[in-house]
Amino acid sequence: MKDVGIVSYGAHIPRLRIKSSDIANAWGKNPETITSSLGVIEKSVPSPDQDVATISVEAARAALARCNIDPQDIGAVYVGSESHPYAVKPTGTIVGEAISATPILKVADYEFACKAGTAAIQTCMALVKSEMVDYGIAIGADTSQAAPGDALEYAASAGGAAFIIGREKIIANINETCSFTTDTPDFWRREGRKYPAHGGRFTGAPAYFRHVISNAQNLMGSANSKPEDYNYAVFHQPNGKFPLRVAKMLGFTPDQVKQGLLCPIIGNTYSGSTMLGLASVLDIAEPGNRIFVASYGSGAGSDAFDITVTEFIKEFPHEKAPLVSELIEKKQYVDYSTYAKYRDLLYED
Amino acid sequence: MADGAVPRFWREIPQRYNLIGNQCGSCSKIYFPPRESCPYCRRKSMGKMKVLKLKGQGEVLTYSIIYNAPEHFERQTPYPIAIIKLDEGPKVTAQIVDCKLDDVKIGMRVQSTFRKIHEDGYIGAIYYGYKFKPIEVK
Ligand SMILES: [Zn+2]
Repeated sequence: MKDVGIVSYGAHIPRLRIKSSDIANAWGKNPETITSSLGVIEKSVPSPDQDVATISVEAARAALARCNIDPQDIGAVYVGSESHPYAVKPTGTIVGEAISATPILKVADYEFACKAGTAAIQTCMALVKSEMVDYGIAIGADTSQAAPGDALEYAASAGGAAFIIGREKIIANINETCSFTTDTPDFWRREGRKYPAHGGRFTGAPAYFRHVISNAQNLMGSANSKPEDYNYAVFHQPNGKFPLRVAKMLGFTPDQVKQGLLCPIIGNTYSGSTMLGLASVLDIAEPGNRIFVASYGSGAGSDAFDITVTEFIKEFPHEKAPLVSELIEKKQYVDYSTYAKYRDLLYED
Repeated sequence: MADGAVPRFWREIPQRYNLIGNQCGSCSKIYFPPRESCPYCRRKSMGKMKVLKLKGQGEVLTYSIIYNAPEHFERQTPYPIAIIKLDEGPKVTAQIVDCKLDDVKIGMRVQSTFRKIHEDGYIGAIYYGYKFKPIEVK
């Protein structure tokens, strides 16, 4: 089997933040109870001029800044999101043009709740392995909406990451990937509606936990690996608690999860969530490190990856684009009324 | 928005997304937006204008804070608009983002960023292009 993996990557997180306690206060809830039960202290907020297209472009440009790839050698751009700016008119066309990869380019937008970005990685892997393209860019990004007052409002945030998948000068080899998918109506948004709906407590055991655990076990089965073989583990993070709980159930330690766990300080970036967690790990990873990744998308499914960091990470110019930690540190708070204005909450669905 | 806005925007995508300008092959002056000919060399520049991608870095020459915004920009007020001198020479007018109002300064170093410029209501097209943000000093 030919090697395939990550050649470069880049991240983007909007600068604005709102504290969970400010959202709780706006709705007359107890701020401490909310913050501690969800494990989310604050979340990123897109400004009115930021959307999935702008976040995707910034992340893709960051990835290109860290390598010497001619954008014309990129053969595919796949953007995964559940908040594409247009219902019809692919975000990938805007990204392809903005990174000068057009016009000989395969493009499609993906949607699978929070795992559309990892699905895009799998597609790029297949295209690269079969030599249909030399490089493919897989992006996961979201600016997800939550109905005012809904429990999702405390976490639904904005951000994304882009991964350039290729065969040469791979900084992280993708050894294995597998998926686990069923028809499970835990969370959805109907066509033409602004806000999603969800199955309440139903979103836990039969949805997130069943799919992530089954898929993680399948991956470790085919990779013949155990949790202790990994230096890092990245899980989808709908809140600050689920990833730690699923890690424990599988036999991973909090230390393995820590570097990729961003939800407590930026919220749930949906399609960006697992991707940004992986980007955060690659920001500090060393040759030989092994990374376990499992995304989750409502509806429902999980994509898992077994990744090994290579020697090329040593010369990788991280400094040519902002680290995930730098994007997180650069922040400016908004209050709930500014948030409501920016997120267009004052208009009826 | 009037008919014709979409095709006009479409034609301008290279300059709006990627700051594609051009350079006179005769006197080497750089133009943004690109010009069909050099106003100094006129006929001598015909057919010699070379496409040039600008780096998107420059400094703020002057700025103004907008409190009464035109249509489509109301939700963003107050916001700064600046005239920026790009390192290659041309001057552009653009919004400054990711910067507190008090932190906008004449002479400030800025770099281009990709943002939504405006959208034609809830039904029309979404127009993207460049805005500028401060260059972070590490
Ligand atoms: Zn001239």
